[in-house]
Amino acid sequence: MNRGDPSPDVSLARLAATFCQVALASFGGGLSAWSRKVVVEDRGWMTDEEFLSAMTLCRVLPGANQVNLAIYVGGKLRGVRGAVAAVVGLTAVPVLIVLVLGYLYFRNGSVPATQSILRGITAVAVAMTFAMAYKTGAKALRSVPAWALCAASFLLSAVFRVPLPVMLAIVAPVALWWAWPARPDTSRASRLP
Amino acid sequence: MSLGTALQICLLFGTASLLSVGGGNSVVPEIQLRAVGTYHWLSAVQFGDLFAIAQAAPGPSMLLVTLVGYKAAGVVGALLATIAMILPAGVVVHLVARFWQSSSGAHWHVAMERGLAPVAIGLVAASGAVIARTTEHSPAQFALTAAATLVLCATKLNPLFLVVAAGVAGWLGLV
Repeated sequence: MNRGDPSPDVSLARLAATFCQVALASFGGGLSAWSRKVVVEDRGWMTDEEFLSAMTLCRVLPGANQVNLAIYVGGKLRGVRGAVAAVVGLTAVPVLIVLVLGYLYFRNGSVPATQSILRGITAVAVAMTFAMAYKTGAKALRSVPAWALCAASFLLSAVFRVPLPVMLAIVAPVALWWAWPARPDTSRASRLP
Repeated sequence: MSLGTALQICLLFGTASLLSVGGGNSVVPEIQLRAVGTYHWLSAVQFGDLFAIAQAAPGPSMLLVTLVGYKAAGVVGALLATIAMILPAGVVVHLVARFWQSSSGAHWHVAMERGLAPVAIGLVAASGAVIARTTEHSPAQFALTAAATLVLCATKLNPLFLVVAAGVAGWLGLV
């Protein structure tokens, strides 16, 4: 935990409550967008750049993406205990809800009709996802190569439905080559050996 | 719950946890095969219904395993399945995240953070497009998505207002 990060001092209870809020708000979808809104915009625990790289990391590694992101954020702020608190916060109430629904399902053979309500909510969840792409894109997409990389990953995964590992194997080398710091950069590289 | 069932739950979901590369949905076919075919905990139709419940409920859709564990061995089975599904992958993620966070400032870290940002944005947009397609959006839903996207991009409105309004619109049969 003491790696010298200027992490804000966040209590375990606040971490759990934050991810509980994310989980409950994302009823019907949009978990990534809600995570970003709460973690980056509301709490200011991460920059957009770090959030995006964390999200990509969480997608590549095994495990549910949002659980992984909770582990990343909780671990960054408060180490192992923070990661546990964030995951418990994210899953505790949803587990209870799912158990009640499961009980009702196995007793009645169906669940209370939520289908029509969900149709509306899903439409907004998709909108939140697009809006998140727009908001992060406004900051990160400032050059032609950046736009090309974004378009390539969109086309490969949404249109051609290429699996994520294959998509990254194609796009990531180009992205790294483009983004590699060319010259000793003034602020950051001066601290490196 | 018998000890055998507990072991089966831990083994199945612990393995699925480590295999779930690219998100929880990638191991759903494997879980279905074992839970329905090998262990006969539930029928294929029930599995499909539980999948829909887990998708609709708040929280990660991976909580499908909570429901499968519940059917296999009650509430204890549900908790066991949930922990088995989270823990192994969680340890891996935590270790990798620590390494990643401690390397900030290194050239490769800077390159990955800057280079993968556009890729991540493309992925986010793609996931929106894929959800819209797989949930078989109606024209009214597409219109709602477009309008809500504009509002969310142009204003600082809390999305929760839109979520509630859209839920009411759906309930009234407008979308």
